[in-house]
Amino acid sequence: MRSGVIAQKVGMTRVYNDAGEHIPVTVLKMENCQVVAHRTEEKNGYVAVQLGAGQKKVKNTTKALRGHFATASVEPKAKLVEFRVSSENLIDVGSELTASHFVAGQLVDVTGTSVGKGFAGAMKRHNFGGLRATHGVSLSHRSHGSTGNNQDPGKVWKGKRMAGHMGQTRVTTQNLEVVSTDEDRGLILVKGAVPGSKGSWITVRDAIKAGIPESAPRPAGIRSAKVEGAE
Amino acid sequence: MNIIQQLEAEQVAKIEAKRTLPEFSPGDTLRVNVRVTEGTRTRVQAYEGVCIARSGGSINESFTVRKISYGEGVERVFPVYSPLVESVEVVRRGKVRRAKLYYLRDRRGKSARIIENTGTRARKLNESARLTAAGEKARIEAEKVAAAEALAAEKPQE
Repeated sequence: MRSGVIAQKVGMTRVYNDAGEHIPVTVLKMENCQVVAHRTEEKNGYVAVQLGAGQKKVKNTTKALRGHFATASVEPKAKLVEFRVSSENLIDVGSELTASHFVAGQLVDVTGTSVGKGFAGAMKRHNFGGLRATHGVSLSHRSHGSTGNNQDPGKVWKGKRMAGHMGQTRVTTQNLEVVSTDEDRGLILVKGAVPGSKGSWITVRDAIKAGIPESAPRPAGIRSAKVEGAE
Repeated sequence: MNIIQQLEAEQVAKIEAKRTLPEFSPGDTLRVNVRVTEGTRTRVQAYEGVCIARSGGSINESFTVRKISYGEGVERVFPVYSPLVESVEVVRRGKVRRAKLYYLRDRRGKSARIIENTGTRARKLNESARLTAAGEKARIEAEKVAAAEALAAEKPQE
């Protein structure tokens, strides 16, 4: 199991492939994605790497986190995420991951926080059909209709799908194809839509159902020159 | 320029390095050469009709071409920067007063005609198109000659 990366959603555009077909892509941008800490079997009972991405002002960082970043000797990060890895795929603390971590054509799982829709009705939230437009229906064309039976059971079943808060939850989209990567600019182009609004934090991992391609770098796509520079 | 615009500009530059479409606008009669793949072999198919709309911008720009095929109106939308569009020839420049000629959909025959534009601008555009076409032809000829010469130069060595 390789580590994933943290990226930011930039937006969507289209590219044309060699066959001339147009492919809708979401552009993800990686910025300062560095390893901040390790979780090990002896100490924590599981193996993982903690990655940080983005920038945060020192004055806005708590003292506790400042110490945490200082031990890894990295700049304060705006976002911290842990990725479970197998022990041979641990990455050195301080090394920076690049977009070349993924190869074009491979499948990835992308996780983000979906766009909040507020209090949404049953039609929007659960794809209910609503009520009829005519035949005596008044003032309730978009309502959900019946919610259960009569005196027996005499209650509404738990989990009954109704109107309520929609969106702004953690959503994972599986098996999206990586169309291309750009190491210099830190861009990953993923085919199709990615949950979340523009500018939101996104985690990208190797697809759990497709496996890791042979050509993908192990343990990770690391920026080579910079690693040695940090003490 | 933000990242999305940059990527789109790169895409546009990539396709424009291969071919550029002449300047045309709604009302013009066009011949669009489209690459068609049938099984394994590809060929170029021409689609001729009136451009009734251009929409979008940058990489998302497209144009709509309408023609009457066997008595049935057919409209096709081509992306301007699609690699499948090999080239576009302007057959005739039309004089219209709308950006979108959707009113043509309700017309048939005589009333669906468009008057030819004989203004200075149209003439200039035609002139420049002819010049670039000639330049392109000369370039292709030159390339062919160069390739033939290279081939001839290679042969005796073998």
